[in-house]
Amino acid sequence: MTHQVIDWIAVGCLLTGALLSFAAGVGLVRFPDLLSRMHTAAKPQVLGLILILIGIGLRMWPESHVGVLVLIALFQILTVPVAGHIAGRVAYRTGRVRHDLIAVDDLQAELEGDGGTR
Amino acid sequence: MTRPDVQRRPPLAFRLGRVYVQVPSLIAMTVVWALLFGELSVGVVLSGLLVSLAIVLIFPLPPVDPGLRLRPWPFLVFLGRFATDLITASVKVVGQAFAFGRLPRSSVIGVPLRSRSDLLLTMTAVTLSVIPGSVIVEVRYATSTLFVHVLGAADPAAAEAARRDVWALEERITRAFGTREDLARLEGTPVAGGTL
Repeated sequence: MTHQVIDWIAVGCLLTGALLSFAAGVGLVRFPDLLSRMHTAAKPQVLGLILILIGIGLRMWPESHVGVLVLIALFQILTVPVAGHIAGRVAYRTGRVRHDLIAVDDLQAELEGDGGTR
Repeated sequence: MTRPDVQRRPPLAFRLGRVYVQVPSLIAMTVVWALLFGELSVGVVLSGLLVSLAIVLIFPLPPVDPGLRLRPWPFLVFLGRFATDLITASVKVVGQAFAFGRLPRSSVIGVPLRSRSDLLLTMTAVTLSVIPGSVIVEVRYATSTLFVHVLGAADPAAAEAARRDVWALEERITRAFGTREDLARLEGTPVAGGTL
């Protein structure tokens, strides 16, 4: 009985995770510029991955290598911000931003203020 | 506003030759090693310690003064808010992805953080990056200012709300991890109103 319940929870986690990853793909295709795409490329995917890992862990219990699953989630959370920041920074500074879609922009004035250098 | 380079001996470290070996990083690497093996035995722990020691000696890092506390209750508050933020923000971004025919407008907001601690700045930035809907575009180290691209913030009011969210996040992180000085600074510095 409990087995069945756990199985269903696992299925729910896996499906939700898959849905989130699919939404990330849709956003990647649909969003207009690189900065917006970063949101979907880097984000729903984090929760999606965590859900899928939980699903795998429950499904394989008790033989699941929980340690490895935890490590995957940990390194994902630690590396996504770095990659996202670098890509966002490069995108902004090389002008690959649709300024017509940006409502408030504090950074532009800041960059012009010091000539775009650090 | 300058951050003096602290070159004193960090706590929980011992000296081996010319390198400071920091015990916390040794332990952290050994834990990762044990997780990779998926078992806890004397052999795994010993080999993990040896490998970590080799890594620390071959690739020495400058000593970091962690300057962190861990307050259990604020930490739980932070974790709980992080989990709910992660879920609600994911749902929102999913909605924006499937809202066909509408391109989301966004804002790039500058948020001057009140904290002057490197680690608190880093933690705030990392948490912001992991939560959907915000991407760090630029970090001004000298003024501790984060520039955040907020998806869906279509007007100044939404941008202002996003800015307050970042400050609230900073406050939760400082309450969970900051030292007493960090907390005093947080409470002593009024939140700058309006734009930069």
